Amino acid sequence: MSQASLRIQKISGHAGSVPGAGMARDVEEKQVCKMVDTTTCIGCKACEIACQEWNDLPFASTIFDNTHQTMPNTAWDFWNLIRFNEHIHEDGRLMWLMRKDQCMHCAEPGCLEACPADGAIVQYANGIVDFQSENCIGCGYCISGCPFNIPKFHPATHKVHKCTLCSDRVTQNLEPACIKACPTGCLHFGTKDDMLFQASRRAKQLRDNYAESKGLYGFAKAGVYDPPGVGGTSVIYVLHDATDPELYGGLPKNPRIPWTVKLWKYPLKWIGNVAIVGGLVATFVHYVRYGPKPEPKDEPKGAQ
Amino acid sequence: MTNGWVDIKNTDMMMVIGGNPAENHPCGFKWAMEAKKIRNAKLIVVDPRFTRTAAVSDLFIQIRAGSDIAFLGGLINYAIQNKRIAKDYITNYTNASFIVKDGFKLPEDGLYSGFDPATQIYDKSTWNYEEAGGGHTPPAFGKDGKPLPPSLPQLVNYDLTLQNPRCVFQLLSKHYSRYTPEMVERITGIKKEDFLKAADMFTSIRKNGDMTKVATVIYAVGLTQHSYGSQMIRTAAVLQLVLGNIGRAGGGMDALRGHSNIQGATDMAGIFDNLPGYLKVPIPADDNLKTYLDRITPTASKPKEWDSFNYWSNTPKFAVSFLKAMYGDVAKKENDFCFNYLPKVNRRYSFADIWNDMYLGKVKGLFAIGMNGVMIGPDSKKNIEALKRADWLVVGEIYPDETSEFWRSPGITTDDMKNIKTTVYRLPCAGFAEKDGTFVNSARWLVWKNAALPLPGECMYDQEIVARIFLKVRDLYQKEGGKFPEGPLSISWAYTNPYNPSLSECAKELNGKALADIEDEKTKQQFKAGQQLPGFAFLRDDGTTMSGNWLYCGSWTEAGPQMQRRGLEDPSGLGIFPNFAWSWPMNRRVMYNRASCTPEGKPWDPSRRQVWWNESTKKWVGNDVPDFKPDSDPKDHMGPFIMNAEGVGRLFTPLALMAEGPFPEHYEPFESPLANPLHPQQSNNPVVKKFTTPMDKFAKSGEGYDIVCTTYRLTEHYHYWTKNNRALVQEVPEPFVEIPVELAEEKGIKGGDHVKVSSIRAEYMAKAMVTRRIKPMQIDGKLTYQIGVPIHWGYRGISEDEGKTAKNPANYLSPTTIDPNAHTPEFKAFLVKLEKA
Repeated sequence: MSQASLRIQKISGHAGSVPGAGMARDVEEKQVCKMVDTTTCIGCKACEIACQEWNDLPFASTIFDNTHQTMPNTAWDFWNLIRFNEHIHEDGRLMWLMRKDQCMHCAEPGCLEACPADGAIVQYANGIVDFQSENCIGCGYCISGCPFNIPKFHPATHKVHKCTLCSDRVTQNLEPACIKACPTGCLHFGTKDDMLFQASRRAKQLRDNYAESKGLYGFAKAGVYDPPGVGGTSVIYVLHDATDPELYGGLPKNPRIPWTVKLWKYPLKWIGNVAIVGGLVATFVHYVRYGPKPEPKDEPKGAQ
Repeated sequence: MTNGWVDIKNTDMMMVIGGNPAENHPCGFKWAMEAKKIRNAKLIVVDPRFTRTAAVSDLFIQIRAGSDIAFLGGLINYAIQNKRIAKDYITNYTNASFIVKDGFKLPEDGLYSGFDPATQIYDKSTWNYEEAGGGHTPPAFGKDGKPLPPSLPQLVNYDLTLQNPRCVFQLLSKHYSRYTPEMVERITGIKKEDFLKAADMFTSIRKNGDMTKVATVIYAVGLTQHSYGSQMIRTAAVLQLVLGNIGRAGGGMDALRGHSNIQGATDMAGIFDNLPGYLKVPIPADDNLKTYLDRITPTASKPKEWDSFNYWSNTPKFAVSFLKAMYGDVAKKENDFCFNYLPKVNRRYSFADIWNDMYLGKVKGLFAIGMNGVMIGPDSKKNIEALKRADWLVVGEIYPDETSEFWRSPGITTDDMKNIKTTVYRLPCAGFAEKDGTFVNSARWLVWKNAALPLPGECMYDQEIVARIFLKVRDLYQKEGGKFPEGPLSISWAYTNPYNPSLSECAKELNGKALADIEDEKTKQQFKAGQQLPGFAFLRDDGTTMSGNWLYCGSWTEAGPQMQRRGLEDPSGLGIFPNFAWSWPMNRRVMYNRASCTPEGKPWDPSRRQVWWNESTKKWVGNDVPDFKPDSDPKDHMGPFIMNAEGVGRLFTPLALMAEGPFPEHYEPFESPLANPLHPQQSNNPVVKKFTTPMDKFAKSGEGYDIVCTTYRLTEHYHYWTKNNRALVQEVPEPFVEIPVELAEEKGIKGGDHVKVSSIRAEYMAKAMVTRRIKPMQIDGKLTYQIGVPIHWGYRGISEDEGKTAKNPANYLSPTTIDPNAHTPEFKAFLVKLEKA
């Protein structure tokens, strides 16, 4: 969905300058951020329903699969999923990890890098990475560009969809729908700086508790997840064990834009460009050097 | 709750036992998380399953369902043994120093003194305090020469050193000295070292005699729904008294009510043995108003040097004001304010009794409005059988439900249906968002809500349905007379629209008003006839005031509807929010808050000042409304528990207050895998109530039913009606049973397989959720498994109607064994078998 009042800072597949660059506007341009404190998430899934209701997404038909998790993965019409994982902590404590899975809104978005369609993916100055469905050509390159397995293809419309960080609400100075619905204050929304501060303070509290209780409660390895491999994200987590994010339903330890996308978008793209330009130059040089290809001379009629 | 949701943020230590607030009260649970984040409070969760609450706890303790008294009793013992008790608090604010009558015997063999095995009834006369000389001795015989039930002595013998072997504290210590960590392990399955971790953590707030810290106990129906559930709650309350946590910000006994207005339902006498405001219901022996009031109005019972407010001494004012609300102008002093028009209750009319009576053909018809009686159970199959035998059934609902369609429950063929003669009337009711009125939340706040949507189709408000039926019945009495027309014909029905009374009019009536020009004796405040009264202190027993529920008096005054207030001011920072909605009694947010101060009237913790004694004005003042006699000088030693005749908290409940005895004793669930290790010959609650129809079958250990089963709700669903909501059906689409990994392996069950759970009564079909969150336990040396059954599915709903789920209600499994105090069935612990289906 296009958000005219937000300034675009990155845009997919677009030649020339970013549209609207240099326009004066009065909206806040600080980087926004969701903070998900997995250590206070109770897995109530209110955020799942709030997301569907705000975004007018249809309710899915699901089947029970030995878990409290609503479905195995996010879907084109299910952008916000709580992942449930049972885990035995190294000290023998049973843990039931719940993590809100959704688009991470990377500072260096792999989807946007991979996208060849002009203006189908944009990144606003506040950090939100937003899909513009009207420009989507359904190639699915964004899916392979995402290190978090987030964009999902809608087979009927041939478009790809994901969480918008409620860019429509955020432009109106409202928090995203999931944040609004969260009953325990596990979800927070604010500037990236504020969220990082809060998240670090909470992680420190958990580490201090561990030290004070000599390991009875608290978590020695609690920390904040804001992966540098994608330039940091606009969704950050407090994790009980920041050294092993894979425990939380496959949160990658060191996410990066896949090398295929990088190869394609940088070296290959330039090699391609060089090849195209080289071809044109060679044609031109050939023309200058050898002139136009001469018309074939008419054969004598009698030769037929 | 003695405290409130917001107040939980003030705590240092939480123990959630018999509750799962993260799943069933997620919005309120934010205050527990607030306490954790801001105060770095600790959260202990004690539950048969590792729940979503356990997932955010600091310590999780897995307990065998139904053994909570053993665990809590063990904590009491640990606190006493390790001197982590609130010495000054228990000496001054509880009956610890009271001397108990000679002849009282502790239940070392499972029975207190006075049990008659032939009648299964206790003679409770020894369950009393020893009388001190100088008081007035109540007569032992009534005017008719019949013996009167024993009553409390006016003056009580006591020993402030707490050394007398018959003082309550010594008896309590002796009683719970049997609850050693080893005994706790045998009964509950909690390993000794885990128990000691929990005990050390919870009682750490009283380490070295420190009184500044506070702990709260948070519980729900996990403590209630047992054949001795009231005693489970009492054990926790005794623990909280011993630790000095009642009456204090961040402390208390926090009962989480499972529905948005269950507190209101209780306040308004949704129980057969109460009238609104917890007035006791009349019994056939109450010939007239005076006998009734004499019976139910307590007299103070206390040490000579102490004072007791004994607030229930105002009972006649509340009762007469209630009768004036019921019968209006017809209620006069000369006719005992129509007291004899009130029904008199001659036996139990609890939920399970009503269904049993219907099953026996005594109850011919049923109104089921706002509740799905078949599904609620217990023993749902019996409830279905009962409905088959009824003549008629009226169901007021927003969806077709299992009760209104009992005739198509699983196993009933079309031929069977022809033999069901019950006439079913279905009334389309209004949903919660279509109605205005109040919810009374767990914190005792009356919160007004507005209707968000107009009524769809032919729906009617509940009050319109009830009013139209009432007016019709009254017409019939008018025209045809009948057995006793005076009662119904005298009921006051002075609503602007008698066919559809507005709920604001009802709320004003509940608050009450002056019926004549009156002047209050103490305050000299004057009220004109018709004025709304500002509080129950102004109610009178001469018929010049009326109030439908004295506890709600103050909620809709001349200053307007207090329950509609939305002020967000919180000057103390304690989360009192005095101008948001209205809390009974008299907008007090923490009950018994006098106990938050030392006997001299200074707060135990100066950083959490609730109320205190102001020596210069000679008044109790504070951030909260003092729950106390406002001018009672601490020197007079008035007890803070003003609703008790003793003025103090009861570690020992005398006389008939608790059916099983004065101190809670661990009994086994009626269906249990073992004999009670404390006294195998008296394993169960000796005064449990049960039924004797052919359908009331109970399994004994060793009959093949050896798995402990517990039932509960999920966060995604709300009892039995959200299965009609696509969003929530998507979240959890099908019935499942939580099964320990080890049991699943033993039975060859994989996650997602169909399984059959059978109790001796019936079967339940669902899919298996194989989990590590329920571990096998060693109970008295024997390997014991527990499984968990969420209760939400039945035979009407989206998935059910689409044929995607099994259709047996979970309460097919549960037994009809009843707590003799609160009449709650035992949904939380019974025996089953498990098979792959």
